[in-house]
Amino acid sequence: MIDYIYLTVLLPLIGFLINGIFGHKIKNEKIIGIIGSSTVGVSFLVALASFFQMLSLPVDQRKHVVELFSWLSAGGLNIKFAYLVDQLSIVMALIVTGVGFLIHVYSIGYMHADKSFWRFFAYLNLFIFAMMNLILGDNFVVLFLGWEGVGLCSYLLIGFWYDRKFEKGTTSQAAKKAFVVNRIGDFGFLLGMFLIYLTFDSLNFQEVFSKAELFPISGTVYGFIALFLFIGATGKSAQIPLFVWLPDAMAGPTPVSALIHAATMVTAGVYMVARCSIIFASAPAIMTVIAIVGLLTAFFAATVGLVQNDIKKVLAYSTVSQLGYMFLAMGVGAFSAGIFHVMTHAFFKALLFLGAGSIIHAMHDQQDIQHYGGLKKYMPKTYITFVIAALAISGFPGLSGFFSKDEILWNAYAHGSVLLWAVGILTALMTAFYMFRLLFLTFFGKERFSHDLHPHESPAVMTVPLIILAVLSVVGGYIGLPAVFSGENGNLFESWLSPIFSSAERRLEVYGSHGHFEEILLMMISVAAALGSIYLAYYIYTKKPEIASKTSRKFSKLYRLLLNKYYVDEVYEATIVQPLQKGSEKILWKIADNKIIDGTVNGAASLIDKTAALIRRFQTGFTQFYAFIMMVGIAIALFWIILSF
Amino acid sequence: MYMENNFLLTYLLLIPLLGSLLLLFINKEKESLIRWAGFGIALLAFILSLVIYLRFDPGQSGFQFVNKITWISKINVSYHVGIDGISILLILLTTFLTPITLFSSWKSIKKKVKEFTFFMLLLEVGMIGVFVSLDLFLFYVFWEAMLIPMYFIIGIWGGEQRIYASVKFFIYTMFGSLLMLVSIIWLGVYAASFTGTFTTNLLDLYKIGPGVPHQIQVFMFLSFFISFAIKVPLFPFHTWLPDAHVQAPTAGSVILAGVLLKMGTYGIIRFCLPLFPQSATEFAPVISVLAIIGIIYGALVAMVQKDMKKLVAYSSVSHLGFVVLGIFAMTTEAVQGSVIQMVNHGLSTGALFLLVGMIYDRTHTREISNYGGIAKIIPLFSFALMFASLSSMGLPGLNGFVGEFLILLGSFKSPVLNSWAYTIFAASGVIFAAVYLLWMYQRVVFGEVKHQNLFSLKDLEKREIAILIPIFIFILWIGIYPGTFLKLSEKSTNTVIQQVLVNPNTDVKVAKQ
Amino acid sequence: MNIIPIEYYLVLSAFMFAVGITGVLIRKNAIVVFMCIELMLNSANLALVTFSSYLGNAAGQVFVFFVMTVAAAESAVGLAIIIAIFRNKLTVNIDEINIFKW
Repeated sequence: MIDYIYLTVLLPLIGFLINGIFGHKIKNEKIIGIIGSSTVGVSFLVALASFFQMLSLPVDQRKHVVELFSWLSAGGLNIKFAYLVDQLSIVMALIVTGVGFLIHVYSIGYMHADKSFWRFFAYLNLFIFAMMNLILGDNFVVLFLGWEGVGLCSYLLIGFWYDRKFEKGTTSQAAKKAFVVNRIGDFGFLLGMFLIYLTFDSLNFQEVFSKAELFPISGTVYGFIALFLFIGATGKSAQIPLFVWLPDAMAGPTPVSALIHAATMVTAGVYMVARCSIIFASAPAIMTVIAIVGLLTAFFAATVGLVQNDIKKVLAYSTVSQLGYMFLAMGVGAFSAGIFHVMTHAFFKALLFLGAGSIIHAMHDQQDIQHYGGLKKYMPKTYITFVIAALAISGFPGLSGFFSKDEILWNAYAHGSVLLWAVGILTALMTAFYMFRLLFLTFFGKERFSHDLHPHESPAVMTVPLIILAVLSVVGGYIGLPAVFSGENGNLFESWLSPIFSSAERRLEVYGSHGHFEEILLMMISVAAALGSIYLAYYIYTKKPEIASKTSRKFSKLYRLLLNKYYVDEVYEATIVQPLQKGSEKILWKIADNKIIDGTVNGAASLIDKTAALIRRFQTGFTQFYAFIMMVGIAIALFWIILSF
Repeated sequence: MYMENNFLLTYLLLIPLLGSLLLLFINKEKESLIRWAGFGIALLAFILSLVIYLRFDPGQSGFQFVNKITWISKINVSYHVGIDGISILLILLTTFLTPITLFSSWKSIKKKVKEFTFFMLLLEVGMIGVFVSLDLFLFYVFWEAMLIPMYFIIGIWGGEQRIYASVKFFIYTMFGSLLMLVSIIWLGVYAASFTGTFTTNLLDLYKIGPGVPHQIQVFMFLSFFISFAIKVPLFPFHTWLPDAHVQAPTAGSVILAGVLLKMGTYGIIRFCLPLFPQSATEFAPVISVLAIIGIIYGALVAMVQKDMKKLVAYSSVSHLGFVVLGIFAMTTEAVQGSVIQMVNHGLSTGALFLLVGMIYDRTHTREISNYGGIAKIIPLFSFALMFASLSSMGLPGLNGFVGEFLILLGSFKSPVLNSWAYTIFAASGVIFAAVYLLWMYQRVVFGEVKHQNLFSLKDLEKREIAILIPIFIFILWIGIYPGTFLKLSEKSTNTVIQQVLVNPNTDVKVAKQ
Repeated sequence: MNIIPIEYYLVLSAFMFAVGITGVLIRKNAIVVFMCIELMLNSANLALVTFSSYLGNAAGQVFVFFVMTVAAAESAVGLAIIIAIFRNKLTVNIDEINIFKW
């Protein structure tokens, strides 16, 4: 089945073409939905079959390259359109097609009666197509094809309801912002690619990585490559300083937020860093930068998440925060832990978003949690699955998020420093708090909505995916049980991926010498923190709601700062966007172009014009004047001749 | 395939030439006959160029289909034509775009149809001539001759300020080409001191040019280069472009952007580099800086334009900056990228101009602020505009990416430029391209419908779809399988680079392969 | 024979030429200007004849005939033009005939 892996890419493309070209003629939502979902579903099956085939193969034969055709070749450059199936890409492929399929199915219910139903499914399929290219690409350029492709789909889907207002602007502004910010990252990624080509004379993953393994660690080059690639990752995965687009991306329909802006696309940066682990491992300084940026992002996004009132905004900042965790993992060299978190996060964050979608659906597009409350009895399935997801993300023992997050924190402690771990725990604490704040405000307490809304449970086509994701959020963690519980090599996930990361880990020498006792101790601290803040949230938002408003009044400046997301958007607007726009218009266009350059050109013309106007005064029309000039001329000429003798 | 006196290229020149003369015999009242005849003639030329393409042997590095007939024996000038892998791509582009533009102006050109078609065909002769000439004198004749029809096309069928624009266009170009004429003559005279006869034969001058004493070579190079730089247009010689583009009728804009600008970059590859390799490498950093300024400057100015056509015009300044940068990086990847990018720009900017023209025909305004929310009124148009924009901003999988990627990659490893800084600045153009195109798109297509009259807009009709589809096919083709086109130009590009870098006078070490 | 020295002829010729040129430059009547031109031509003729006889070379005399022929033709054309102008403008004052200006 591995040889047919291109089907996982091709099928969504076919789905896109069918829905895109004939969609508006089909009109029947069921057919469109089935075409859209089934192509992804079959892709998932193909990926699954490939996975099982890989399982049956010995470890050293699990890597497969499926070549399709030669894409770009000029000079020494030869880029093949080829797919690489290995332990890492198949895991990602399973996540993308699996979660993707569920979200496609969910969308059939969520997008019901939308006038552009077909367009939605076409875009979603196009997204899966691009994402699969990103994951399966055998070289940086195919990866980049997917990388930009998902950016495009993200753009199209954020602006899906292009005539709607969103916050201060429109959805299409949010879409444009997402694309442009992503492009800034892509700019870094491009430079990284060029530097890789310059250094290793190839852009093929295996050639580059095998050469990188042999090359000595020569500081700066690796440093620059890693830095450039990381800039790319910060764009796609919404890290500081390029995270600003993700909260705005919530302008898109909720399934889009779940699929693209939570489960799959935003983790592309993490995937890319993991894929290039050997390069990053060779640049320890950049690894530290990544860890710090990841942690800072996790921390600051969590603080913003504490006070947001839009249900999707909370989840968006939560996503940014969780992505920060993943980068923290990458930064401390815990690559498989990071990918593990990608997987578990895909389950529970997709679940949270779909749950939120279900609520928004029920509340007729109301997204403000201040206008929810007491929804538990109206939507029991949504409620239960939402609780599971919230527990998972908070790190409740036994659920998937617990294992992946604790592995990251443990690695931050073991291979980083206590400080990294401490900030990580603080972030985890806030995560638990804002998730349960959201949960309690939504499902418990007084009903703060007008009763003609008649909230209702969503149809089965939406709740079944929720239930499947809830199950995955519960059991998904057990394939990555930490060694403390499962013994040496007992972490199935880690040992599955270990062939990919072994060389990077060797270079980093990450295997420290911390005992199991410490690990269990830290784990208990984080569990205690999570449970504590869940209780705090419970206490504040169901027992004593006035505490919340009192606190926010007491620290009104801080509250305002957080509510306005540290004014990052405003600062960017004032320092980058406005100066560029105004400068381009007022200086470059109006002055440099119109006045200076065109002025010179037109000035040259008018100079000639003016000189000519002056000279033509000699043409008086008086014959005698001409004769006189002639005579003077002759006289001068004669003098000249005589004098020169 | 090298054949002494192969007449195919001559036929290619004769078809539109005789065709345009034939048109003169048709009664000007019979407009649809004239339109069909013009379109048919242009199509015939395209078919012939396809025949040439099929017979073209990409494995050969020299010139093919050479046809040489003595013309003015007193000064040893001959009618000498031939093509290599670089010119064939541009010829295909020319013959491809001409019928499309003729077809596209069936509705938008209402007055003086006969004259319009006549000039368009004459323009095609000039453009093809520029790309096939192997004699500097002949080249110069075509180079200047092509100005005349374009002058009239802008001046007669243009917008309100058409006279200003056409005169500006004419004089700007004329200024540059006169400098070139002086250099051509000087070069011929200099050649006479070796061979005994005055010559403008390019192949002979290739051997003589690099030997020109350095101080003079600098002037020669600059006079050629400025002439081409104006045509490209390279910053700061670009201000004729926005005026000419905005005032020209759609067909004129498409040809102007699609083919005329490429003459500048083609001239640089064909003449500047091989004739004066030493100066070319010396000036490469300066010119690259200008190219990069052009990339960023063009993009920034495009961003703040209020007129759609002007926006696209400034975007051309930005795109052509990439091409020039690629040429002066002088690595195979970069020059290959430049060659393919010339074609790309012709397709994607051509498509953008066509689309702007189509909507202009409906609303008679190009002001961005007069639009908004047309996505739901004319979805097909919106899709086409998105597709062309994406191609223009270099989305992987579409044509623009192939060119930009190769250019940037090649300039990054260029031994001539020998610094990352060029690429880093140039690559920022990728960001700005997204900004100005998406911003324009957002204001025109998305949002709420602001103006009532937009509700009555009609979506693309069959004729317009038929115009766009061939362009879109090529956009996808180059994006997905550029090998077809890259393969054509590979040998020729390498020849040019060899001519420059493996020259005893240039002291740049050839890149490690 | 009592020979008049050549200087006398040449001074006369120069004087005639100077009178002619002054006339061309300052007189306003087109006819007078025209006559002054003839005067200049004849001063040249005089110089030619003088040198011819002084040097014993006939070529100068032949040349004078040519000049006279051309002068005759020229005066015919010139007078015709003046008449044509007079018909149009009812004046031969050259200050009023200045339409050939910027």
